[in-house]
Amino acid sequence: MGEIKAGEREVSDFLVFENVTKRFGALTAVDAVNFGVQKGEFFSLLGPSGCGKTTLLRMLGGFETPDSGRIYLDGRDITDLPPNLRRVHTIFQNYALFPNMTVWENIAFSLRVAHYPKGEIRKNVEGMLELIKMADHAYKYPSQISGGQKQRVAIARALVDRPQVLLLDEPLAALDLKLRQHMLLELDIIHDEVGITFVYVTHDQGEAMSLSDRIAVMNKGHIEQLDPPTKIYEAPRSGFVAAFIGDTNFFEGTVTEIQGDYCKLAVQGFADILCFNDKNISAGSQVHLSVRPEKIRVTTTPPPPEKGSRINVFRCKITDIVYQGTYTKYWVLSGSYRLAAIKPHSRFLLDQAPITWGDEVYCWWHPDDGYMLEQFTAEDANLVQMPPVGYSAPKPATAPVA
Amino acid sequence: MPMRKRRWTEWAISAPSVLWLTIFFVIPTVLVVAISFHAASPDGGIGKEWTLQTWQHISNPNYPAIVWRTLWISAATTLGCVVLALPCAFAIARMQKKWRAIMAGLIMLPFWTSFVVRVFAWRLLLHPEGFLKHVLMSLNLATENTQLLYNSGAILLVSIYSFLPFAIMPIYAAAEKFDFSLLEAARDLGAKSFLAFRKIFIPGIRRGVISAILMVFIPSVGSYVIPDLVGGKNSELIGNKIYQRTFPDRNLPHASALSAIMAIGVLVPLGLVALFLKRQDRKEALRIAESNGVKQRGGAA
Repeated sequence: MGEIKAGEREVSDFLVFENVTKRFGALTAVDAVNFGVQKGEFFSLLGPSGCGKTTLLRMLGGFETPDSGRIYLDGRDITDLPPNLRRVHTIFQNYALFPNMTVWENIAFSLRVAHYPKGEIRKNVEGMLELIKMADHAYKYPSQISGGQKQRVAIARALVDRPQVLLLDEPLAALDLKLRQHMLLELDIIHDEVGITFVYVTHDQGEAMSLSDRIAVMNKGHIEQLDPPTKIYEAPRSGFVAAFIGDTNFFEGTVTEIQGDYCKLAVQGFADILCFNDKNISAGSQVHLSVRPEKIRVTTTPPPPEKGSRINVFRCKITDIVYQGTYTKYWVLSGSYRLAAIKPHSRFLLDQAPITWGDEVYCWWHPDDGYMLEQFTAEDANLVQMPPVGYSAPKPATAPVA
Repeated sequence: MPMRKRRWTEWAISAPSVLWLTIFFVIPTVLVVAISFHAASPDGGIGKEWTLQTWQHISNPNYPAIVWRTLWISAATTLGCVVLALPCAFAIARMQKKWRAIMAGLIMLPFWTSFVVRVFAWRLLLHPEGFLKHVLMSLNLATENTQLLYNSGAILLVSIYSFLPFAIMPIYAAAEKFDFSLLEAARDLGAKSFLAFRKIFIPGIRRGVISAILMVFIPSVGSYVIPDLVGGKNSELIGNKIYQRTFPDRNLPHASALSAIMAIGVLVPLGLVALFLKRQDRKEALRIAESNGVKQRGGAA
């Protein structure tokens, strides 16, 4: 995948947003957005509520008209086309299945409206019923089927006449966790099978990460970053992206020394941090660094020498321990800095002494695991959730296994 | 015996309404029908002996025409009201909450004025020297001889005007609960606005439409003030006849017989509509199943 930054698009793009702006009264919901989606791509719009992602989707569906800018689909300007003349179908958050029609009729709706021959309608509907494994429920009404089944019918209804783009508006939001995980897999399989371009709107980073070819992270009406999931996670462009996707620790510091590909950061109230300098930053400049909690090791002993000499090592004190099942999250204090570190646990694979509240520990990470941010605002720091300052949990009788 | 106990409480709860309906609806209806089998006494009362005399006499050559006129004017009034109420209720339901309350209030506003006064106002509007005639004449849509008042058309117009709120309210109540994202879904899947309105919105508010039909059809079959004030000699409805037999003629058995006919005239079409709707519900799923050559799996349902 080429380096496509927010605001760039390629000529080969199937779906193009060009300088699209939409205002609702004084609020600018979508602010001069540019991006392109490739044919067959699973593309996600990810962001907090009110970031403009749903407005973008509704403009693509034809339910809102942009105040300025154009939308192109397959080389054709569709900005002013009404919804019924676009070969773009939406899966609505509440599915919007027609309650007065059976599953079969719901799926057949778009074909009937377009006056397909009867035989073809039957063939296509039955094909879709096979795809979603609902042939046994074809003559039930929406009120007689479960949430997951409704979801599948909505997908079938939207795919039956082979639209150019399928829009999904938080389609899994109404399902419980297990069903959501199951539907994620199913959506992935369906996307692979039908080969139609999917544009997926969600505020759930997990959904976006596991499904998408590329993700556009949105904030306040514009795209903060447009990249494949790994890049979004490992190389966040801004503090917002780093904090919104997953969890992170921010450091603000001044570059004091360049050491080849690396540079040394002086962080006030903490210590010097060595970090990878991929942005060619020169000495004296102010930078923001993001280090993900799972990149930080928490041990009772210093890092083993075979890890090399470039490692960042700090003495810290454990202030909070949050057991999460698959891992434990530690809040540590070093100087005036509070860091989060994550550690998966196993009694047998990690030969570590148990860690408990108040312990003096070593926190260490490789400089390559820290990432310098291009943009940072004070608001981004607030996105990182921290336990209240000064809170100290009671010591349990038995320490958790680390 | 919990089952028996539940039955008992159910009876206890419905007893007051059953009692109410029995005393004020069932018994009077039976009485009305019974009176029609008595002879009229000259002083305006009812004779003691049972007789078929009234029912034999009722084969008046004018009556079939009156019954027919009553039914078609009522049906046309109902149709007109529902057709006007649908877009109106749709528009109100799509408004912001504050405006919805205001619009609903405006629709109810005419009820602050006496019904008879409002019908009288129409007499002035439709009068040969009235406002409407002048407007129509200036638009070359009417001539000096055009008669706006005292005919079936006038009855129809004023009936639609009078009963429209009774059609808007139940349809609006249903439309307010309607999920408008369904219309977006229909548009999204390729349906034009009107098709989406017809195939999704109207079936979605079907119950409201049925209520509206009942609310308009029943009172318009029995209406006598409107035909009395704006109808002519040749546009009498059954309500006028019942009134005439009851008060000027003081012939209660005759009035009762006409009332019974009217009741049948209302109940039969409504019964048919109810039966049709019930059948349609059940048939629909079967029909699709058959037309697609797939047998419905009984066990799966």
